[in-house]
Amino acid sequence: MIYELGHLALILALAMSLAQGVLPMIGAQTGNAAWMGLARPTARGQFVFVLIAYLCLTHAFVTNDFSVALAANHSNSTLPLHYRITAVWGNHEGSILLWSLILAGWTLAVSIFSRQLDDRMLARVLGVMGLISCGFILFTLFTSNPFERMFPPPADGQDLNPLLQDPGMVIHPPMLYMGYVGFVVAFAFAVAALISGQLDAAWARWSRPWTTAAWCFLTIGIALGSFWAYYELGWGGWWFWDPVENASFLPWLVGTALIHSLAVTEKRGGFKMWTALLAILTFSLSLLGTFIVRSGVLSSVHAFATDPTRGVFILGFLAVVIGGSLALFAWRAPQVGLGGSFEPVSRESMLLANNVLLLVAAAAVLLGTLYPLAVDALGMGKLSVGPPYFDTVFVPLMTPALFLMGIGPIARWRQARLPELAYRLRWAFGVAAVSALAAFLALGKWTPMIGLGLALAAWIASTVVLALVTRLQEHKSPDWRRRFAAQPGSFYGMLLAHLGVAVFIVGVTIVSGFESESDVRMEPGDTATVAGYQVRLDKIEDVTGPNYQASRATLSVIQDGKLVAIVRPDRRVYNVSRSPMTEVAIDRGLLRDVYIALGDPVSATAWSVRLHHKPFVNWIWIGCMLMALGGFLAVMDRRYRKLRVSEPVRPASAPPQADRALPIGGVVVARSGAGGTGR
Amino acid sequence: MLELAGLVWRRWLAAALALLLAVLTLAAHGKEAQPASDNPELEVRVLAIAEELRCLVCQNETIAASHADLAVDLRKQIRIKLQQGQSQQQILDFMVERYGDFVLYRPPFMARTLLLWIGPFVLLAIAAVVMVVNVRRRQRTALAQEWSEAQARRARALLDDASSQS
Amino acid sequence: MRKSLIPLAIFLVLVGFLAVGLGLNPREVPSPLINRPAPAFSLPLLDAPEQKLSAQDLRGQVWILNVWASWCVACRIEHPLLVEFSKMGMVPLYGLNYKDKPEDATQWLKKFGDPYTRSLSDREGLVGIDFGVYGVPETFVIDKQGVIRFKQIGPVTPEVLRDEIIPLVRKLGA
Repeated sequence: MIYELGHLALILALAMSLAQGVLPMIGAQTGNAAWMGLARPTARGQFVFVLIAYLCLTHAFVTNDFSVALAANHSNSTLPLHYRITAVWGNHEGSILLWSLILAGWTLAVSIFSRQLDDRMLARVLGVMGLISCGFILFTLFTSNPFERMFPPPADGQDLNPLLQDPGMVIHPPMLYMGYVGFVVAFAFAVAALISGQLDAAWARWSRPWTTAAWCFLTIGIALGSFWAYYELGWGGWWFWDPVENASFLPWLVGTALIHSLAVTEKRGGFKMWTALLAILTFSLSLLGTFIVRSGVLSSVHAFATDPTRGVFILGFLAVVIGGSLALFAWRAPQVGLGGSFEPVSRESMLLANNVLLLVAAAAVLLGTLYPLAVDALGMGKLSVGPPYFDTVFVPLMTPALFLMGIGPIARWRQARLPELAYRLRWAFGVAAVSALAAFLALGKWTPMIGLGLALAAWIASTVVLALVTRLQEHKSPDWRRRFAAQPGSFYGMLLAHLGVAVFIVGVTIVSGFESESDVRMEPGDTATVAGYQVRLDKIEDVTGPNYQASRATLSVIQDGKLVAIVRPDRRVYNVSRSPMTEVAIDRGLLRDVYIALGDPVSATAWSVRLHHKPFVNWIWIGCMLMALGGFLAVMDRRYRKLRVSEPVRPASAPPQADRALPIGGVVVARSGAGGTGR
Repeated sequence: MLELAGLVWRRWLAAALALLLAVLTLAAHGKEAQPASDNPELEVRVLAIAEELRCLVCQNETIAASHADLAVDLRKQIRIKLQQGQSQQQILDFMVERYGDFVLYRPPFMARTLLLWIGPFVLLAIAAVVMVVNVRRRQRTALAQEWSEAQARRARALLDDASSQS
Repeated sequence: MRKSLIPLAIFLVLVGFLAVGLGLNPREVPSPLINRPAPAFSLPLLDAPEQKLSAQDLRGQVWILNVWASWCVACRIEHPLLVEFSKMGMVPLYGLNYKDKPEDATQWLKKFGDPYTRSLSDREGLVGIDFGVYGVPETFVIDKQGVIRFKQIGPVTPEVLRDEIIPLVRKLGA
């Protein structure tokens, strides 16, 4: 009964999303206030119904109702409750329903936090989002119905894949989807603006916090995925350039270009075409990612069970949505004028270069990911493109962008002078050069990659400090606290996010250059050595878990005679699936991880054990978190300003107010360029 | 006499206890773990090559990381061939002969992968050129605009002059 | 052409490729050994381990090599078809017993029937590697000169047998 209710709720959600997608858009076109006014209520109604459907599905998993096929195939009565809840999205149908729920959630948020948007714009934005929701719910109902029943119901379920029975599974997919899906808001704003013909600073200002928020979530989602793979897969790697990983990285790269481009559009009125195109591309890559993961066109460890019907549907949806929006772009973009002009050396040109480099990097990743498919489609045989390719190509492409990242915040808007810039950056150059060599002196090993990595990280970090100092110096006030307080949150957000990148680079460089491992055979009492640590196997015992049997080893990690940690890696065999799995034990530290995996028994008493020393590996994810935190600071800044300065509702074409001009670099330009507001 | 015997006995007992303690400690101490393979340096080379190869029975893993039977067999083959003195290229060629280019994670540089390897850098070059052209054009347009605005201002000033004079 | 049409144009090309891609199987690995000489081998027979059979011995005839194992579930699907086919006597069928225990293999053949002229024991799987075997079952058609002409990945289906293997065997002059 409850599942029929869920199914019905989904159908009602479809009706709501259809209404939300069609009526307000027509209303905006014809000026029909009543129809435009339907946007908010239908958006909220859609959310309620999708939520009901999702809760009904969760009910099946939580109550172990195996008459629902999904629960029968992906859950089990011995599965702990929190994993039964996350098992809802551990499969294709459930995760697509989660997609729809999160999409409805973002839609709800936009419908609530949009007081200052004029009715036409809101109607179009919610309308576009409604059409996308409609597509996804149609897809769910027709090809991926989560409420399929099984009669007679099996006695128990097949259990969730052991790899997914893990805390990482609890947060990684929802975070990732929040990011992936969240870019629909930027997309909707861009399409709405293209339809109305009004791409201006106001549009960018509305769009920015939503876009940055989605970017934060995507950053966290990807970082969590990498962190999870690191400890779950057991071989110590954290990124494999797998098609599904790339599918999440592509929108991140283009999304990063987007948030920077939005800054230019908001502050200077420039880059309008770029920003609109990037907004369309970012969400398009999210959709493309969804297609890749679920259609079976590429082989991946993450891929869901595939089905040609699903692939065809998603591809059709992709063609309509992306093709339609790119066609709209092609039609409207030439009518959008150029924004304010800028010199070849200026903050704008740096950001333009940044856009271009990020897009080229994204294009390279996309090329590598889809190349095997293209070659096969052309009948030219089968090819594999893996980490060796991506590592070789990606680093040279990103290095210039990372270098420019140091200069951009220091350069003035519109016009910066190269000699002056070089002079200001002299300390940063020096620190970077020294850091490049420092590794050799301090760590005893040097390769060009290590040198480059540390130089870039030092460059970025010192330019962050430089930017902060420069900005504080420019603010004339005797009280230093006031100087700090006078800077907007978005400034600190930028500094923190850029610092996060530097931290990330340090982590990657050092762990790649200096990690070590020992592969040994141990009996209780034996001691093995890795990178200055002595690891002694104390005992191995049999353990029974809630749904598995395991052999658990207890190891003592000792350094300089002192006990540093006791770790307990497992080798588990899950009762239902009978698949063996190794649960790695990690002694985490800020400066290193000691990572120990239990292998197979090699004799009656001896076991194979793999010990890894991973210096600075946690800096990788700390760096990502700093990036996300920086983005969060930037989002909060906008909100704060909106609450303090209550703006009356005004039409989109009115020029932005004077107080919006931040006197960056001492130059405030108040000129109207052709077709846009130049500031 | 009896005290001397007692002293000797106590000393002997202490020595025996000390010896027993030492033996027990040594036994509890265990030994240095043996490396899992007989030749760890060889293993490092095996893994380096294995990381270039795709596991064909897995969805998307290297032969180094995979637990599949075929992966274990192929790692063994790599080990044997390295011990025979074959080079990395010879071993990779061996794999490609049997499984095709698909088994290499580093696509070989040949006609059909030209676009793959060169594409990104060509794209970068094109983008750089386009960007430079665009920024120059922007500059010229802006200059032209400034010129025309300057002319408009002068014209207005002249007209104002003229009207104030008349 | 307007510059702003470029993204749309690129996307349409992409969709084209993706559409074709839906019909392909990214995990199927075609054999690079087609039209190349079959690898040399010399293996003991399953039922008479003291005797050996080599590739050289099979020259001068068209023959089929079927890779199978007692632990392989999919092999049971194609096995009845192979038994029927061998009864037709069109072409000799040789089995490559891959990474299996001879006792298990012999039991399996007793239970499910033996279509093979002889079966060879590849306990270590080395000959399998030479043939580019990456899964079981796989089937090869080899001509009189010892050149591999066809490889079937996965179980032999009636359609494959009817439309590809039998015509090929006839063409090769079995």
